[in-house]
Amino acid sequence: MDDLLTEFLTETAESLDVIDLELVTLESDPNNRALIDKIFRLVHTIKGTCGFLGLPRLETVAHASETVLGKVRDGELAVTSEGVTLILASLDRIKEILAHLGQTQTEPEGDDAQLLDALARAAEGDMSAGPGAKSTQPAIEAAPEPEPDQEPEPEAAPVAAQSQPPARGPSREESAPPAAKGGEAIGAQSIRVNVDVIENLMTMVSELVLTRNQLLEMVRHLDDSEFKVPLQRLSAVTGELQDAVMKTRMQPIGNAWSKLPRIVRDLAHELGKKIDLQMIGAETELDRQVLEMIKDPLTHMVRNSADHGLELPEERRAAGKAETGRITLRAYHEGGHILIEVRDDGRGLDCEKIRQKALARGLATEGVIESMSEAQLQKFIFHPGFSTAAKVTNVSGRGVGMDVVRTNIEQIGGTIELRSQAGKGTTFLIKIPLTLAIVSALIVSAGEARFAVPQLAVRELVRVAPGSEYQIERIQNAAVLRLRNKLLPLVSLSECLGMAAGASAQRDAFIIVTQVGRRQFGIIVDAVFDTEEIVVKPVASILRDIPLFSGNTIMGDGSVIMIVDPNGLADAIAPEQGEEDAGEGETVVRLADRQDKTAFLIVKAGNDEPLAVPLALVTRLEEIECEKLETAGGRTVVQYRGRLMPVIHPSGYIAPERGKRQPLLVFAEGDRVAGIAVDEIVDIVEERLSIELEPDSSGTLGTAVLRGRATRIFDVAHYLTSIHADWFSARLKATGQGRRVLLVDDSAFFRSILEPLLRAAGYLVTSVGDAAEALRLREQGESFDAILSDIEMPDTDGFGFAAAVKAGPGWETVPLIAVSAHGEPDDIARGLAAGFDAYVSKSDRDQILGAIADLLTGQRAAA
Amino acid sequence: MQTNTYEPADFVTVSVGGQLFGIPVSVIQDVFSPAAVTRVPLARPEVSGVLNLRGRIVTAIDLRCRFSIADEERPERPMAIGIEKAGEVYGLMVDEVGEVLRLEAGDIDPNPVNLDDRWARFSAGIHRLDGRLMVVLDVDRLLSFGSLEDAA
Repeated sequence: MDDLLTEFLTETAESLDVIDLELVTLESDPNNRALIDKIFRLVHTIKGTCGFLGLPRLETVAHASETVLGKVRDGELAVTSEGVTLILASLDRIKEILAHLGQTQTEPEGDDAQLLDALARAAEGDMSAGPGAKSTQPAIEAAPEPEPDQEPEPEAAPVAAQSQPPARGPSREESAPPAAKGGEAIGAQSIRVNVDVIENLMTMVSELVLTRNQLLEMVRHLDDSEFKVPLQRLSAVTGELQDAVMKTRMQPIGNAWSKLPRIVRDLAHELGKKIDLQMIGAETELDRQVLEMIKDPLTHMVRNSADHGLELPEERRAAGKAETGRITLRAYHEGGHILIEVRDDGRGLDCEKIRQKALARGLATEGVIESMSEAQLQKFIFHPGFSTAAKVTNVSGRGVGMDVVRTNIEQIGGTIELRSQAGKGTTFLIKIPLTLAIVSALIVSAGEARFAVPQLAVRELVRVAPGSEYQIERIQNAAVLRLRNKLLPLVSLSECLGMAAGASAQRDAFIIVTQVGRRQFGIIVDAVFDTEEIVVKPVASILRDIPLFSGNTIMGDGSVIMIVDPNGLADAIAPEQGEEDAGEGETVVRLADRQDKTAFLIVKAGNDEPLAVPLALVTRLEEIECEKLETAGGRTVVQYRGRLMPVIHPSGYIAPERGKRQPLLVFAEGDRVAGIAVDEIVDIVEERLSIELEPDSSGTLGTAVLRGRATRIFDVAHYLTSIHADWFSARLKATGQGRRVLLVDDSAFFRSILEPLLRAAGYLVTSVGDAAEALRLREQGESFDAILSDIEMPDTDGFGFAAAVKAGPGWETVPLIAVSAHGEPDDIARGLAAGFDAYVSKSDRDQILGAIADLLTGQRAAA
Repeated sequence: MQTNTYEPADFVTVSVGGQLFGIPVSVIQDVFSPAAVTRVPLARPEVSGVLNLRGRIVTAIDLRCRFSIADEERPERPMAIGIEKAGEVYGLMVDEVGEVLRLEAGDIDPNPVNLDDRWARFSAGIHRLDGRLMVVLDVDRLLSFGSLEDAA
């Protein structure tokens, strides 16, 4: 039988019983206002629901009764015995019709004219006429005149925006066998049960599951036990019972959707849009606890789609789409999950807007944002306080949007993904577990204690041991694992939990490759035991402020263990910006982009002195097996990504030691790669520069103080030329083509870094230490193809310099590029206002070269 | 400090670090010998850990820590008093469980003014027993770990 109808029958039967009782009470206590109100309300509800479900006969009778009751309520009629009898008679009629409805799902044919007439006269004050004999037999085909319903019925309001009501109106296609045979009691096939009872049942079953696990554990050690067979039976029954009880907690997801058609209709009205809401899979069931948790996020997302996603009718027409926008909600089961799709066919996410907003909010620097793919950009909408709605409407755009949605979904172990295509629409895909009460978990140990890690988050297990394929490696203090050509950031469970460094100190450990949302990371644990179905119990309130635990559970042996929350760990590993895929090199770029400071890679090569390599120059860090180093034509080479990469060591020779791994710094420019072998990669430091530039030999740029130690700065350009003698000349042809570039920077260090970089790219570089010197060159009639200038300089700063250049005469048209450590949107705006043509980050060589190339090409095109 | 006026009531006496405490029988759900207490990393020091008491997870509270009693001489087999509060069961870890005493309200004195604050806030008064003084535990306060403590 139709779910909605069943529910209506159950509910109405209950209401009728109540009204019966209350009417009788009312008869003896005719002035009890509260009672009258209550009765009126109940009848009113019945009437409203009948209209909604399309049951005209019931509605007419209920309506007539309601009219009489309304007058009683308003004091126009007194409560009389006759009146009560009349109402009771109409209730009986309703019950008869309901009984028939319960059996056949259709209203019986019948004539209520007499009853209606009596009720109508009663409403006029004439109670004398009795209701007459029950007359449900089909009589004259006088369709009862339904009195026009004056009152607007919110529940019954037709929902304009809804094209396919998921389960509305009595459906005939399904015949419910159990319902059909025993029609004597309406709604007997379903009963209402207090939620507490079900929760309690669930708790009891959980206990039973635990006890069973305990018993199984005990018997497992006995080889030949008479308990085995009955225990198997007990185990099976327990499992079935668990399933059955779980089912009682299940509710169709349609319950969380029920308010949406109305919301969408109102929104459509308010926004002047035409919206068609489709709901598919409303009958998909999930745990009511989960249901509660996703209700609000779903509502929010549908609102978002209606408000931001869909265009106005005229825009849609202009774009060649149907005027009516469509929002589709789809739910379906897959594995132990339920998947919910929220899709609209609107304009899609505006990546440009997101880019600007992310920049304005300082969520990432320009360089990082430039290099992001659309999918990565789109993920910004999940950032706290991020809303692309240009103006705040009362619908959405308050900036409390998608981040809250994501948080809610992740809280229940779910994930949310998004796909958007400009002009085509946006799709959100939510994946949530069916239930939260019993989950499958991996039991692990860390620092002497056992913990449970929910299986949902676990992608794979990797064993690391000395000599095995996988090793834990470290960059500074950050532990990482190479996994299929990616670097996976690692976090040690015992360290995170503030326990004695167990796993991290050991070389033998397991890595649980974990995925939370889009974030992937590895959890280092000492050992992995088993997968168990565990019953999740909430932690005591006093422990709730520990974000690393999502609950606790009782194990088969009776001990209690804590359940680790992968979300909490993910936050511990990277609180803010763990979003991006932990792809190769990205961490490096991010480090380099941090303002004011320069990131250096500290290495050792040849002797024990630390050497620093500006991180921005290094393309990649690799470690290869020494066996792979080959000699060809007196040069050391290694096969790298299908090509031969020349490798040199700063000390001039490499002494490969069998069985050892050789760290390499890989540099790539265009299609050339070169490797510099070092003895050891020590650290990554990020420091404000304080350098004394005294190049003591070729191969270094000078000496700086890093981490309080005198550290020589590696001259990458020097070594690259020694590898590829034609490194520069090749580049010369490539981009620079001998164009002249003026570099203005007060920092000798940066001049030393940028100069070789520019030269390597084929430019002819002139560098000066301040604006005055640069302007003197102009007076001397020097000409350049491009000018790069620092911003922070003594005397005349970059802004002043730009103003002077643009004021002319001589260099007004020369492209002017600001190279600064400060990348705040304000700085950029100020720079552009001062006359700079581009504003790039000092530490990002690609950006610098790209900016020059772009400006020069633009100039050429314009010329 | 308010003076709780208990009606004649039964108290279970327990001792922690040599000090006698009284816990109203009416709030006690269980007296048990805690087995296999699982330490909870990152938890506040008062929490000794969690344990399983007949299928319920009990949070063990270290009374020594709560009262800042020196850590020496921990008993080999501590006992625990199970108390339910707001749907959660706590186990107060004590050295020893004594007897059940019926005491008259009149025998309770308010906390002496010079009583250490850390004690005073969890004490509902002092009972004068023959030869010994018993601190009547204010269980409600003892098990309030948030705002109340900050205020104190």
